[in-house]
Amino acid sequence: MQAPVQYPARWKRPPQIFTDPLWRRILFVGAAVYLVLALSTVDPNWARIAEGWQRGLRFIGGFLQPDFTSRWRDISNGLIESLTMTLTSTVVGVLISVPIGIGAARNVAPPAVYYICRGIIAASRALQEVIVAIFFVAMFGFGPFAGFLTLAFGTIGFLAKLLAEDIEDIDESQAEAIRATGASWAQMINYAIQPQVMPRLIGLSLYRLDINFRESAVIGIVGAGGIGATLNTAIDRYEYDSAGAILLIIILLVMAAEYSSSYLRKFLQ
Amino acid sequence: MTDTAHPAVWRRRTPLAALLIWAGWFALVVLFVFCWHVMNRNTIWEFVWDAPRQAADIGDRMFPPRWSYLPELLVPLWDTLNMATLGTLLGVILAVPVAFLAARNTTPSAAVLRPAALFVIVGSRSINSLIWALLLVAVMGPGLLAGIVAIGLRSIGFIGKLLYEAIEEVDTAPVEAVTATGASRAQVLDYAIVPQVLPAFWGITVFRWDINIRESAILGLVGAGGLGLKLQASLNVLAWPQVTVILLVILATVVLSEWVSARVRKAII
Repeated sequence: MQAPVQYPARWKRPPQIFTDPLWRRILFVGAAVYLVLALSTVDPNWARIAEGWQRGLRFIGGFLQPDFTSRWRDISNGLIESLTMTLTSTVVGVLISVPIGIGAARNVAPPAVYYICRGIIAASRALQEVIVAIFFVAMFGFGPFAGFLTLAFGTIGFLAKLLAEDIEDIDESQAEAIRATGASWAQMINYAIQPQVMPRLIGLSLYRLDINFRESAVIGIVGAGGIGATLNTAIDRYEYDSAGAILLIIILLVMAAEYSSSYLRKFLQ
Repeated sequence: MTDTAHPAVWRRRTPLAALLIWAGWFALVVLFVFCWHVMNRNTIWEFVWDAPRQAADIGDRMFPPRWSYLPELLVPLWDTLNMATLGTLLGVILAVPVAFLAARNTTPSAAVLRPAALFVIVGSRSINSLIWALLLVAVMGPGLLAGIVAIGLRSIGFIGKLLYEAIEEVDTAPVEAVTATGASRAQVLDYAIVPQVLPAFWGITVFRWDINIRESAILGLVGAGGLGLKLQASLNVLAWPQVTVILLVILATVVLSEWVSARVRKAII
């Protein structure tokens, strides 16, 4: 006769992510120590915050009652700069990133070209847009031209990388079929690769157009033109009602861009 | 019996479709040229043509990097890491309730709270963290706290959006099973939904932490502490050898955090 197995009367939920009890304890203690250390470096100046509270309320007031009219000339100039910069930089960025994207695809490019193109992509992705903008402003002077170059440079890293990954994922049988007809490399790209990646390339370009507009609102802070410069000026002048108006315009345009670009992408695919 | 006349040459598209596509591309070219003209109305081309010389000049000044400046960067680097981590923590704390309110299957009221939560997500996403920092520095005064809050506010949208999409995609079978035991709504959430989204949650959080490290490195440009503050100070006095050191530190941090985040996400998913 076997003794009856003692089952526990209460069920306890097993741990979810960190299953080893020792590691769990180490992680908890480590996190607690880090939190104490990190919080001790934050040294809030309460007097300044209490003083700024008034300003915060004025800012919220400005947001609720935005003033579009008194700085409309500056706002519209900034907007035109941002929008034109967005379009030109996306077009130029896409034109440059197509050859780089083809060169960075392992299945169509020779190894030497592959490593050069991957290097260009890595350089463009590692540098933040704002830092690139600082350098372009120092080289090309203030204004939207520097912003245009920054956004085009950022577009290359994003688009060429995704395009290269897409080319590497294509259906090989079509490329093989075209190659079997005796087609040259250029014909193979044109008839086997291009039809397969074109819908996605257009989708990615639209997505990048959307990102470039968002970024164009930021790089103006370091002098690269666009609506960000106008916003920075408005905040520096303590004109919170104008700043509220600019922020509302940015939010509305970003939302419009996001929805129309996602709608267009759905429509194209 | 009549043979339909086949054209001698194969064409991919009908003449009308080809014409429409051609017209679309032509319109894009016209728009590009127009935007290019509007954008460059105020561009001073002498500065642009002068750029290679400027670039060579800056490059000349940037090397050799001033390595003795490195010890001064350790505290700002620690500040930057804390800003990103505490900001992510704040973002997570704020984003989790918003995500549960925004997900169609967990929201308590689809008519009122869900649109409000979605609006919070969109509003937070469409303002870049640099702009959030610009506003918060004006309100709270310069310092780490403004940066942490800026990172946190920007993270709500990102984490909230990805998390609510993960919640909407949960498998309904466990939910039904737990409901069938007579569990309350809170228990269903705790035992059926949370375990399913937990891996996605950690993945999203680590991913956002990685992005926040990048962003917090430059928030100092508008006065929010960390490495960006040192960068701004060095740029203001044209200390290019120091700028090189700061940029290399930022680059190393970004690459390291990207590696950590990729490893963690691989381990979880």
